[in-house]
Amino acid sequence: MTQILLQLASLFVVLSVLAFGGGAGVIPDMQRAVVDTNHWMTAREFLDMFAISRAAPGPGSLIVVLIGQKVAGPAGAAVSFVAMFTPSCVVIFFVSRIWHRAGQSAWREIVERAFAPIAVGLTFASGLVLLRGSEHSLASYAVTVIATVAFAFTEINPLFLLGGGAAALLALGG
Amino acid sequence: MVDREAGIPTLRAPTLSPPALSAIFVGFVNIGLMGFGGGLTASVRREVVTRRGWLDDRQFLSGYALSQLVPGATNINLAVFIGSQLRGLAGALVAFAGLTAPPLVIMLTLGALYFHMQGHAGAEWFSIGLSGMGAVAVGLNLGTGIRLARRNIRKLGPAAIMATVALSTGVAGIPLVYVLAVMIPASLLLAWAIPRS
Repeated sequence: MTQILLQLASLFVVLSVLAFGGGAGVIPDMQRAVVDTNHWMTAREFLDMFAISRAAPGPGSLIVVLIGQKVAGPAGAAVSFVAMFTPSCVVIFFVSRIWHRAGQSAWREIVERAFAPIAVGLTFASGLVLLRGSEHSLASYAVTVIATVAFAFTEINPLFLLGGGAAALLALGG
Repeated sequence: MVDREAGIPTLRAPTLSPPALSAIFVGFVNIGLMGFGGGLTASVRREVVTRRGWLDDRQFLSGYALSQLVPGATNINLAVFIGSQLRGLAGALVAFAGLTAPPLVIMLTLGALYFHMQGHAGAEWFSIGLSGMGAVAVGLNLGTGIRLARRNIRKLGPAAIMATVALSTGVAGIPLVYVLAVMIPASLLLAWAIPRS
């Protein structure tokens, strides 16, 4: 048991530090480690967990607690959570303190203006990556397009869209 | 829901007195519960910029870019960053706890339900419903991009940088590290050369 917890901890510490550009980027590595290397679950089970983590509210990277839960119960979930988030949170905390100390300095003003278009571009990119990465049926594409337009141009509640999306695919049979 | 964004200038002064820790916690609980999959960044912006006015769009966007630059899950990084800007270490801890605790409980419950339903009738329906919500979450993400672009990108240079970043990582699949290694210096040069108007 301790052996498995240590394996979980070292796997997610490494993935935490490697996760440049967001948690979604390490999903392929995670799948390789969990399914192919350690044989903790089947590829289908991993995909289902991924779907749950995407559809449940909150950060998708919480998928690590599902993996931990499957592999080693509640202790596995706890170890995976701490291992995945402690290293990266410590790094961003120190970055944010440096940022805070810069106050209204000229360099921070320039960096803020320079980062804005990059951040907007990354927002589009993450949506596009998700679109390419998942098996999208024609109906799913239609749902995505409708949700994009509705969310961009109206003040509709996102929960309503999420419920509608689930209902639409159920009605169309996937 | 009223359109709270109409008429608010892009460069709004930050709130003078920092919010209470309890307000930060509640704010991030809302964000975590309302933000699904790819739509989470949309949820952070809605709560922190539009509804509570803790940050303006530019501060939010630079926090978002920094959250992408350092390793780790972007939105969790963003919560730590925003909490830290508002109330230091305590703010960061409270924001992290608020963002992760309720979804953690929901995720473990859904997981238990899933393990229970495996092999039973109805598992397929569960999975179709999930993919419908996933498709919407992608749309929320793209919709947020459109909102941010309409409000913050007004010139040709920044628009070109935005499009290059979006297409090279999102469509061409070039690793983010390379894209940022080129686009950050380019964008810094542009921001430095062309003063704020």
